[in-house]
Amino acid sequence: MTEPLRLDVRPSATGGESDFELALDVPSDLGYVGPAVELIADRFKSGVLSPRRVRFNLRTALAEALANAIAYGNRHDPRRLVHVRVEARRDAVHIHVTDAGEGFDPGAVPDPTLPGRLEREDGRGLFVLRSLVDQVAFSAAGNSVCLTLRAG
Amino acid sequence: MTFSLTKDKRGVVVVGVDGQLIVGNRQDMKQKVLDSLDGGARKFVIDFTRTGYIDSSGLGVLVSLSKKIREQGGDLRLAGLNEDLQTLFELTKLDTLFAIAKTPAEALAAF
Repeated sequence: MTEPLRLDVRPSATGGESDFELALDVPSDLGYVGPAVELIADRFKSGVLSPRRVRFNLRTALAEALANAIAYGNRHDPRRLVHVRVEARRDAVHIHVTDAGEGFDPGAVPDPTLPGRLEREDGRGLFVLRSLVDQVAFSAAGNSVCLTLRAG
Repeated sequence: MTFSLTKDKRGVVVVGVDGQLIVGNRQDMKQKVLDSLDGGARKFVIDFTRTGYIDSSGLGVLVSLSKKIREQGGDLRLAGLNEDLQTLFELTKLDTLFAIAKTPAEALAAF
């Protein structure tokens, strides 16, 4: 992890006065997950989401989505980037995380809470992601996910 | 984000997680606990009192450590989870896999 992360912040082109958009490119190295999460969470110190949801739901969900994109999407390939775009609106925050991979079928991921899978080390990411935000929507190709956290 | 290991008089190792336990730092914690296990420690408490968030990789490392410690005849207990983290363990049903105490003191007393 050597490159500094650069967060692009701009007012929303279409939304209300307090709305804004963030853009961030994250190299495919898991060491960037924590710093990228903090950079984005710092922009939500006050506003649409409660401090508790920023501390836990937003941070954990973003970490999951980034780790999935880096590990399974971009397969840790240093030449590939993960693109993050955040739309902060008065009623909700939408976080788009897109990798350069071939995508996957989220419906094919087994339930990690089944007795036979409970003691496995991996396979909980998508389940945790779905538990923490109001909506998880994958693109048809499966290489982009949109997380929605409603205001509050 | 750092991990601190302290040993009490009876040899129970308390691992404090300051910040987060996630994909980017889990190996660091895993190695520290495994080194301690290699050094003869068998009883561990992971203290989450100062932890903001844990992702699925962090949960995974706890599952794997717990298994390794049990294989050596030891025990790993968790303590200090806030309401959100407690809910995360319940949703993933990992609360059925771990002994979870409210405070590190309670976890220590249970050994």
